[in-house]
Amino acid sequence: MEPLDRDLDDAELELPADPTMTLNVGPAHPAMHGTVRCMMELSGENIVKADVQVGYLHRGFEKMCERGTWNQVFPYVDRCNYVSPMLNNVGFAMAVEKMLGIETTERCQWYRMALGELARISDHLTCTGAMAMELGAFTPFLWMIKGREMVWDIMEEESGARLTHSFGRVGGMAKPPTEGFAEQARAAVTQILTIIDEVENLLLTNRIFIDRLQGVGFISAEDAVSLGWTGPCLRASGVPYDVRKAHPYLKYGDVDFDVPVGEHGDCWDRFMVRLDEIRQSARIIDQSLDQLPDDGPINVEDPRVVLPEKEDVYNSIEGTIQHFKIVMEGIKVPAGEVYAYTEAGNGELGFYLVSDGSGTPYRVRIRPPCFLVTSGLERIITGQMIADVVPCFGSLNMIGGECDR
Amino acid sequence: MSQLLVDVVRERFGSAVLESHAQHGDETIVVHPANWKEVARFLRDEPRAQMNMLVDLTAVDYPEREPRFEVVAHYLSLQKGHRLRVKARIGDADGDDAEIDSLADLWGSANWMEREAWDMFGINFLGHPDLRRILMYPEFEGHPLRRDYPADKIQPLVPYREVDNIEKLPPFGAEEGMSFGRQTHIQSGEED
Repeated sequence: MEPLDRDLDDAELELPADPTMTLNVGPAHPAMHGTVRCMMELSGENIVKADVQVGYLHRGFEKMCERGTWNQVFPYVDRCNYVSPMLNNVGFAMAVEKMLGIETTERCQWYRMALGELARISDHLTCTGAMAMELGAFTPFLWMIKGREMVWDIMEEESGARLTHSFGRVGGMAKPPTEGFAEQARAAVTQILTIIDEVENLLLTNRIFIDRLQGVGFISAEDAVSLGWTGPCLRASGVPYDVRKAHPYLKYGDVDFDVPVGEHGDCWDRFMVRLDEIRQSARIIDQSLDQLPDDGPINVEDPRVVLPEKEDVYNSIEGTIQHFKIVMEGIKVPAGEVYAYTEAGNGELGFYLVSDGSGTPYRVRIRPPCFLVTSGLERIITGQMIADVVPCFGSLNMIGGECDR
Repeated sequence: MSQLLVDVVRERFGSAVLESHAQHGDETIVVHPANWKEVARFLRDEPRAQMNMLVDLTAVDYPEREPRFEVVAHYLSLQKGHRLRVKARIGDADGDDAEIDSLADLWGSANWMEREAWDMFGINFLGHPDLRRILMYPEFEGHPLRRDYPADKIQPLVPYREVDNIEKLPPFGAEEGMSFGRQTHIQSGEED
């Protein structure tokens, strides 16, 4: 080891002939939540060139999906965006349903919407909370995670799992809503809205917070569209594209909500758009819970895709066979291809599915919104200072599981 | 709306549009690979199409077919709200010679998605500015999403990378190494 009291004056200070310096951040760096490596060429503190490398969380989901039945894909999509798995579940279920030509029941659609918006709230709470924490504001993070925990309590009550629910099914959901669902969801949403107000009180007049976000990480609307950005990041640049409004699915056409849009496309706008979306999600949840029927089937009546009641499985030969066929051979999806898209926490989550008519998917392509958003990181940090990387990266809400699959 | 779009492309490119269908309501055209980029540019610039977003670009492997790969692109027009899927078929039975023009200079989103398609399927995008692997590491052998790549294949151990201009020593000398970890499963027979 070098002696600590080395006399620095003796050492000749050598500056490299080339004035730029290469700095490597990540893949396991506290500010790179998720695993991303960022190679930056610095001139002083300014970033001259950046190279963002993803793929450290690649687990080969698309390959694995080709080995099981259609319903066995649900656990994989759960683990894509692990902050809002319910949205992924619903997105995949809807893609297969589009292929099968199934229309889900009224109750299922409202239920999916309520659960999906709760998941969106949890996604946005995590992103905005983590962003504040990385800029030194730890209190909002703790408050928001407390709010997220309320959402996850509801999810646990409904599905049995906090995080990876695997709750979607082709043709419906695994279980109907529990008795206290509406009440519990309303109580949680009210508390979360209070948390949002408190967080806004803390942050939005904070000089340091404002200075670190406003005018940082700017991207123009044209660039964002060209980069394939969707979701809150695109809307922050002023493009009001939201799949729920542009191509309404489930019952989104019947509910009243606004699409928050930013002006400048900087980190501040991305932060504010997400906060506003939590409020809009709360509105949607409120309306969905009003309309959610208390009884009625949650699954479609289609013996090809939906598992029979346990009572029938044990007591009738038809039920046993139906159960066996679905579990062992999988749902038979007609040969063909489909692209189905929903609005996930980070933007348009697309599923391009190819079926060869057997019980196993031929190809499952997950179009991850994060992947394309992260591809723009390079562009927004070039020319910024090194300290700006943290808010820029945080505002994109890169979810490693979804980006790398 | 989208049917009109297929007609617009047919009108401009004629026989280069090999087939079209609208399964499950998704308008699809299959174009000749030589016209891949021209069709993309036309879709972006034509006022009746205005496809300003390349939503998705991927590939599908059909090993029993010739040509083997299907490159699939999904376009979206934010102004008009319509979508179109464009496909092209390339590559011979061995998976070689799978080449198609890159769209990276038309849409920024093509850059990473083409890198992914190269990584996963080995499709060579001509004119791509930076065609490196993206999800896999540089030393990875093969292309994992090809149907003939076994899902349980074990990749060879990667030696320390030689990096120039970096003052950094490997964490261990050649004879030190870890007694546990990845190396052991190869030599486990010798140690017992």
